[in-house]
Amino acid sequence: MTEHIHTSPEDEHESAYSGLLVNDAHWAFGTDFEDPLAGVDTTIPDGVDAATLATYALMLGDDSLVMSHRISEWTSNAPDLEDDIALSNIALDLLGQARLLLARAAKADESIVPRLPEGSPAPPEDALAFFREAHQLRNVRLAELVNGDFAEATVRVLLFSVWRLALFERLRESRDHVLAAVAAKGVKELAYHRDYAARWFVTLAHGTDESRRRLLTAYDALWPLWPELFDTHPVEAAAAEAGVGVDPATVREAAEGVLDQVLAAADIERSEAPRRSGVLGRTGRDGMHGEPLSRMLAEMQSVARAHPMGQW
Amino acid sequence: MTLAEAPSETPSEQALEAHFEATIARNDRIEPRDWMPEGYRRTLVRQIAQHAHSEIIGMQPEGNWITRAPSLRRKAILLAKVQDEAGHGLYLYSAAETLGVSRTELIELLISGRQKYSSIFNYPTLSYADVGTIGWLVDGAAICNQVPLCRTSYGPYGRAMIRVCKEESFHQRQGYELLMTMMRGTDEQRAMVQESVDRFWWPALMMFGPPDADSPNTAQSMAWGIKRNTNDELRQKFVDMSVPQAEALGVTLPDPELRWNEERGQHDFGQPDWEEFMQGVKGNGPCNAQRMAHRRRAHEDGAWVREAATAYAAKQRGASA
Ligand SMILES: [Fe+2]
Ligand SMILES: [Fe+2]
Repeated sequence: MTEHIHTSPEDEHESAYSGLLVNDAHWAFGTDFEDPLAGVDTTIPDGVDAATLATYALMLGDDSLVMSHRISEWTSNAPDLEDDIALSNIALDLLGQARLLLARAAKADESIVPRLPEGSPAPPEDALAFFREAHQLRNVRLAELVNGDFAEATVRVLLFSVWRLALFERLRESRDHVLAAVAAKGVKELAYHRDYAARWFVTLAHGTDESRRRLLTAYDALWPLWPELFDTHPVEAAAAEAGVGVDPATVREAAEGVLDQVLAAADIERSEAPRRSGVLGRTGRDGMHGEPLSRMLAEMQSVARAHPMGQW
Repeated sequence: MTLAEAPSETPSEQALEAHFEATIARNDRIEPRDWMPEGYRRTLVRQIAQHAHSEIIGMQPEGNWITRAPSLRRKAILLAKVQDEAGHGLYLYSAAETLGVSRTELIELLISGRQKYSSIFNYPTLSYADVGTIGWLVDGAAICNQVPLCRTSYGPYGRAMIRVCKEESFHQRQGYELLMTMMRGTDEQRAMVQESVDRFWWPALMMFGPPDADSPNTAQSMAWGIKRNTNDELRQKFVDMSVPQAEALGVTLPDPELRWNEERGQHDFGQPDWEEFMQGVKGNGPCNAQRMAHRRRAHEDGAWVREAATAYAAKQRGASA
């Protein structure tokens, strides 16, 4: 079977690579900054404290910012091309969530945005991502761990997405339009992340002796950080009280129900490992992190900080 | 029904060859089940595999900057671009598989150094401007090379290239847009862009391969319709397109011999350092060892995962049988 090729060579050349100098508003000569919140109602709902809303959005935004970064470190390192693509997808989804949530935080309360030199073109969500110190980040500690092997990535994505999906399912009803919109979109993304990780969890559990051993090692290593995901920080309690946020303690049962199904399919018992304590009672949500986060930020922020007046 | 499928009346080698030549002459596609000369198949496998390997190795130089992208928007664009390159690798390995070689075999050939990838990826990325320059010049040169391949005589390859080319031209626009944006920024950013263009201009010209006079395989590949233009023709086209783009950007291309030739209606330009090119091809370029070590490590680190997937699939089949 053969097919005839109709397109003339010149047409193809023209369309594929002579478009760079077209004065196209969306491209080369257009504006380089799109407001991620364009078209969304950003008014603060009645009776909601702006600082509470901003800090709550920051917490959820930092979770996705840091988790996305760690997963993006897998790009070009995954076991197979399909997984490289899938992990990049997960990182991209979380990055998209981070951008919206940090922009939401900044819009709700400008005072949380680091001050850059006068005239810096960096948008507020970038100022938040690239110009804060580790202790100013509010992410849960599960997100920030240094990457391990593929079993570690599988378990971490599973725990993170099962927890976050349970949160976002409820956050869809937030009185804040931005948070509700982020959650509505995020639910679909997180369901995919969870299914991807759950499939690998079961595959590694029943694959070879080595894959099961590695999976159990990763599971035991990460389990101590699971309870922290359901701690209620005062900001989360206040956001839930105001009808804009979700108290994580209230989704624990739903999340563990889902996790138990995956564990059952993998023939793995619920871990007995005790929870990891904090420092003087403070953990990720309080800005208390492990050692590797500041190193991760040093790398992530290096170019942005070297050019605070830069246009990107 | 193709000739190759009619075993009862085995046509002579000559008749098959004549049919093949006639298909090529009509500019029709050769499809996987059609008879093809062994040399044609071998050449295609080599070219498609080399192309697929280039996509995969090409993830590294830009991947080098994912964790340092200076804005959330740029990070998303870069991550998506590198992900696209993995996708290109997938389509191309699939096209090669239609010629009877598996992805596993081809990756083995890459990792053991028996098959090559484009030498451009053996240059280091040293600043964020390189992300833009690679999009503009490297994806740009790749497009010049690849657009004619959309009409290549082998069907699955041509169709893969149509998809790849669309995405490459998107990458080129995004790279150019990054450089444009940086040029509107600070003096330091403008210097960074110029320095990056200085480093990548000549390697980009090398992407079209050695001058025609030194390219022994070109004639056969053109006769078979695998290649549609000579190296020098494509290089000329690339230079002619890039000059006005460089002007619009406000950068100087680092070639003192570059000037418009009224008579030819094309630019005259200098020659890249072909000795340096050959060193890269031989494995002695600045990042050959690093790129290969990275690929080998990622592949070896993933071995237990691939084995687990295979074992699990086998158990599943056993359970359902
Ligand atoms: Fe590509
Ligand atoms: Fe590309």
